[in-house]
Amino acid sequence: MTELLEVRSVTKRFGGLVANDDVSFTVGRGQIVGLIGPNGAGKTTMFNCVAGYFAPTEGEIHLDGHPVHGLSPEHCAKVGIARTFQVARTFTSMSVAENVMVGALMLRRNTTLARSKAMELLDFVGLARHADRAAGTLTVSEQRRLAVARALALSPKLLLMDEVMAGLNPTEVREAVDVVLKIRAQGISCLIVEHVLEGIMPIADRIVVLDYGKKIADGTPAQVSRDDRVIAAYLGE
Amino acid sequence: MKPPKETLDMNTLTLPAGARGDAPARPKKLHWNIALWMLGSIVLLVLPLFIDSPSHQNLLILILMAAQLGVAWNILGGFAGQVSLGHAAFFGIGAYTSTMLLMNFGVNPWLGALAGGALSVAVGTVIGWPTFRLKGHYFTMATIAIGELVQIVFNNWDAAGSAVGLTIPMDKQGIGMMIFAGKLPYYYLALGLLAISLGVSWWISRSFLGYYFRAIKDEPDAARSLGVSLTKYKLVALGFSSFLAALGGSLYAQKELYIDPNSVLHTGLSIKMALVSILGGVGSLFGPVVGAAAFTLIEEGSRILFGGTGRGTDLIVQAVIIIAIAVYKPSGLIGWGREIKDMVLRRKQGDAK
Repeated sequence: MTELLEVRSVTKRFGGLVANDDVSFTVGRGQIVGLIGPNGAGKTTMFNCVAGYFAPTEGEIHLDGHPVHGLSPEHCAKVGIARTFQVARTFTSMSVAENVMVGALMLRRNTTLARSKAMELLDFVGLARHADRAAGTLTVSEQRRLAVARALALSPKLLLMDEVMAGLNPTEVREAVDVVLKIRAQGISCLIVEHVLEGIMPIADRIVVLDYGKKIADGTPAQVSRDDRVIAAYLGE
Repeated sequence: MKPPKETLDMNTLTLPAGARGDAPARPKKLHWNIALWMLGSIVLLVLPLFIDSPSHQNLLILILMAAQLGVAWNILGGFAGQVSLGHAAFFGIGAYTSTMLLMNFGVNPWLGALAGGALSVAVGTVIGWPTFRLKGHYFTMATIAIGELVQIVFNNWDAAGSAVGLTIPMDKQGIGMMIFAGKLPYYYLALGLLAISLGVSWWISRSFLGYYFRAIKDEPDAARSLGVSLTKYKLVALGFSSFLAALGGSLYAQKELYIDPNSVLHTGLSIKMALVSILGGVGSLFGPVVGAAAFTLIEEGSRILFGGTGRGTDLIVQAVIIIAIAVYKPSGLIGWGREIKDMVLRRKQGDAK
């Protein structure tokens, strides 16, 4: 059986800069995979390649056995890749529920159905009581969860989350972790870029570590945290 | 093996009680809206019957036509956030298509107007395909260039009367030819077209298109991540917008019975379409209507009061009023109205307590 997401030897160059250098890894079904590394390691570039925002210079990306490299972001959304952004990118002219409705409308172009699906998902991420508030008035933590609900409205196979825990206080990190675990319980695989290692280490099934664009480690959180190269990359040599 | 993703397919699930959020005042509010709508419609239907002076009737027609163009512009510029300053091109294409079909082939202007709308959508699609890759101000600049370009083409196109323009013969009159001696029929045509445009605009704002347009306006990258193709839906917005603007152009041609590049393709006209929307409240359904009424009254009022000096005082007064609104009420007159309404409501609630 193939893995859900397979990244095979992906290289992404911007002119002379190599942001990702021959990176391969997989995300299994129902797994949480953490993508970590120091600043500038190429995590977000890898994310953008998987979500269709960049086409890899070399290499292939497969979802469920089908090639997805080079597809547009909107096409990626349709084949089952949902994502959130580092900054929440909330639709500020809309209410909280309407934000999620935009996602739900991809599968069913019916606003009434989209509204009820949005309410379900807001309940799922704990924002149901804010449904009719202006989305721009939510806190940063709430907007991150709103972005997750919005992405889940696509009924994706794989959810990419870009730093959902950055800048949150410990309580908010716990809330975010709960949401991620609940998503996995629904059978959706998660690929998470994260700086907050205390948040991601306990819940990830696997961790992929990037440094200067190259993969330097890939394994369980326990294995990775004992890896000399990882320690060197994080603490400096 | 299939991934167990059905668990999150929530289309068919029912909501837990209370999750929907409570919206108690909704039915009552809708009631009020319908009452206001009907009152407004009746006033607009009988209003011209009490106004004898053709120049005052003409003023009302100008307001309705400006409102209709604002509503058309607002679908692209307001809902989808793509500020076009070349919309006169679509207005002009509408005016020229129906007029040239009528004069050269005797085509009924009603059909000519639809043909103009269709041509306008076709031209818009060809223009939109490359220009929609541009963001923000760069898109706006491209639309200005395209507006100028279309103007130059018609200024030099002999079959379209070049700079001299085209005069529609008045020999056949009546509803079939859309030519009338009096002003009143044009008033009702303009009102009808405004109603259609508002209907389309309302339908869009309620449908998935309205959500997609606003998503594109707010956060284009996030919209793409949710399966919204930017180019496709910007083209859809432009399609509706340019079709309605072209219908407005055909009506203008039939009302004035004379068109030239300066009257139907001028950049000032493009700016006016944007201005009435921005003045009234960009992105709102009735904003352009309110804006058109305010703008036309400011325009005509300042012309009457200050126009005689020959020094352009009226234009200066117009500019000052517009700048004042833009600076102090960026949400437009509609936004201002809402603020006042909220204030009154809050005061009422305070009294009740």
